[in-house]
Amino acid sequence: MFDLKTLTVSAWIGLFFTSIFLFAAIFAPWIAPYGKAQIVGGVWEPMSAQFWLGTDNLGRDLLSRMIYGARTTVFIAAAATALSFSLGAILGFTAAVVGGWFDTLLSRFVDLLMSIPTLIFGLVVLSVLPSTILTLILVMGFLDSTRVYRLSRAVAADINVMDFVEAAKLRGEGTRWIIFREILPNALSPLVSELGLRFIYAVLFLSALSFLGLGVQPPEADWGGMVKENKEGIVFGIPAALIPAAAIAALAISVNLVADWVLNRTSSLKGGRG
Amino acid sequence: MQILKLIAQRVALGIMLLFAVSVLIFAGTEILPGDVAASILGQSATPQALENLRRELGLNEPAITRYFTWLGGVLTGDLGTALSNRMDIATSIWPRLKNTLFLAFWAAVVSVPLALILGMLAVRYRNGWIDKTISGFALASTSLPEFFIGYVLIFFFAVKLNWFPSFSTVHDAMPFLDRMKAIALPATALTLVVLAHMMRMTRAAILNVMQSAYIETAELKGLSQLDIIRRHAFPNAIAPIVNVIMLNLAFLVVGVVVIEVIFVYPGMGQYLVDHVTKRDVPVVQAVGLIFAAVYITLNMIADIAAIVSNPRLRHPR
Repeated sequence: MFDLKTLTVSAWIGLFFTSIFLFAAIFAPWIAPYGKAQIVGGVWEPMSAQFWLGTDNLGRDLLSRMIYGARTTVFIAAAATALSFSLGAILGFTAAVVGGWFDTLLSRFVDLLMSIPTLIFGLVVLSVLPSTILTLILVMGFLDSTRVYRLSRAVAADINVMDFVEAAKLRGEGTRWIIFREILPNALSPLVSELGLRFIYAVLFLSALSFLGLGVQPPEADWGGMVKENKEGIVFGIPAALIPAAAIAALAISVNLVADWVLNRTSSLKGGRG
Repeated sequence: MQILKLIAQRVALGIMLLFAVSVLIFAGTEILPGDVAASILGQSATPQALENLRRELGLNEPAITRYFTWLGGVLTGDLGTALSNRMDIATSIWPRLKNTLFLAFWAAVVSVPLALILGMLAVRYRNGWIDKTISGFALASTSLPEFFIGYVLIFFFAVKLNWFPSFSTVHDAMPFLDRMKAIALPATALTLVVLAHMMRMTRAAILNVMQSAYIETAELKGLSQLDIIRRHAFPNAIAPIVNVIMLNLAFLVVGVVVIEVIFVYPGMGQYLVDHVTKRDVPVVQAVGLIFAAVYITLNMIADIAAIVSNPRLRHPR
């Protein structure tokens, strides 16, 4: 299904940069030249051989903070995406298979949640919740699961009326079997391509929250928070805040390129995404 | 009269939705296992202070009573008082709401015609370099965080070139031209945030129509490509386009939150973020509700515009 020979140029670029970011995220403590909160020089020093990206608002090495920031950003976004997918897909499949009041109730509730802009509702909820990484993951994952729910319910509703599901039901299989053994394997490819898009959305949402000062709290480094830390420098012509912002953009674009390719592959196999 | 009935139904649905959303926003600040007073004051709070705050927020009452008191206040224009500075919320919100709408209005005035023109150009020169550039731009702009666009604009146009101020401070006595100059950069940033999506949907909607038989007739009549798009394809694609425009305006109202913080613009978004940080629950509830109401209203208008502009939706089977 994912034959490397079919990779397009843009998919190669996307994969290349995505792997660099992932590498930085996983091996952060080993490749970062300095510690993440270690003060190594003056405030906002320019790029030099010693500090490749310069230093930040407290004199910490920006490159090291970027590498640790990759870790925080990617980890939280990935955890939130994983939560939103498990929650959204399981509830969506169950709603499609069970139907009846369960489906109606859940679907109307999701409609209601989606009628409030995610960022606004996120802010409302975060105004009373403690600012910890766990809370962030739970809030982001829960709010985003509405979109996964809609997609997986639609996909599962299509599969649910197919002959092999009918056969399984007549065989007397339980709901759990039908969801995990009949529907899940067949719904996987549209969900996989959605995965990339949801991950990008999580990265952007997390960065926005951190930028507003409501996401990851210092001294932890994440890219949105780093933009916030260095934003005062902009008016003095110091581009330190642009670097983490550009990194967010680069990560989002490269994951997008990969997701695009996966989408094209899977939809050409299935003849449209149904 | 069929059409009026449909519109009335949609409006009634919108109002119902607004009530449901008000419940959700109220409940959203109640989801803590402990109580709001403890989380506002933090762990070092004295029992006396906790008790005072509980009494002030009415936390000793059951949640349902508090919800209806709050809702009654909102309906009569009383949004309560802020915990952090004891100011009346409605009077602090009003000038900020005007500022936000001013910014969003000018962003819309620029972005909507621009998106339509670029969308039509992309169809006219489809698969050519204009179309490719526009698609590439669209991909990039869905992935760019708002603050990247915002700070790049500040860095080049305010700091390096010194054309515009880097902080968009506005006040009531400001002359119109100064005010326009102050919002130039945030309005540009907002435009860039919504432009790509509108453009792509315009392109898709027109391309969809371009496959119809009457377009072929127009081609055979010898009309120029641009005339075909302008006179024949565009009017038939208007329903989806109007829908996309309204959805993007709704998006614009939300995008304003981050943009206002970047440019230190005294609007609703800045107000909301400040008070989320201060854990000022009454303000957050009020502003959240207003944002949600604007969003829902714009979505409702999008649906109504679709009903009005598309005869097929007026006669549902």
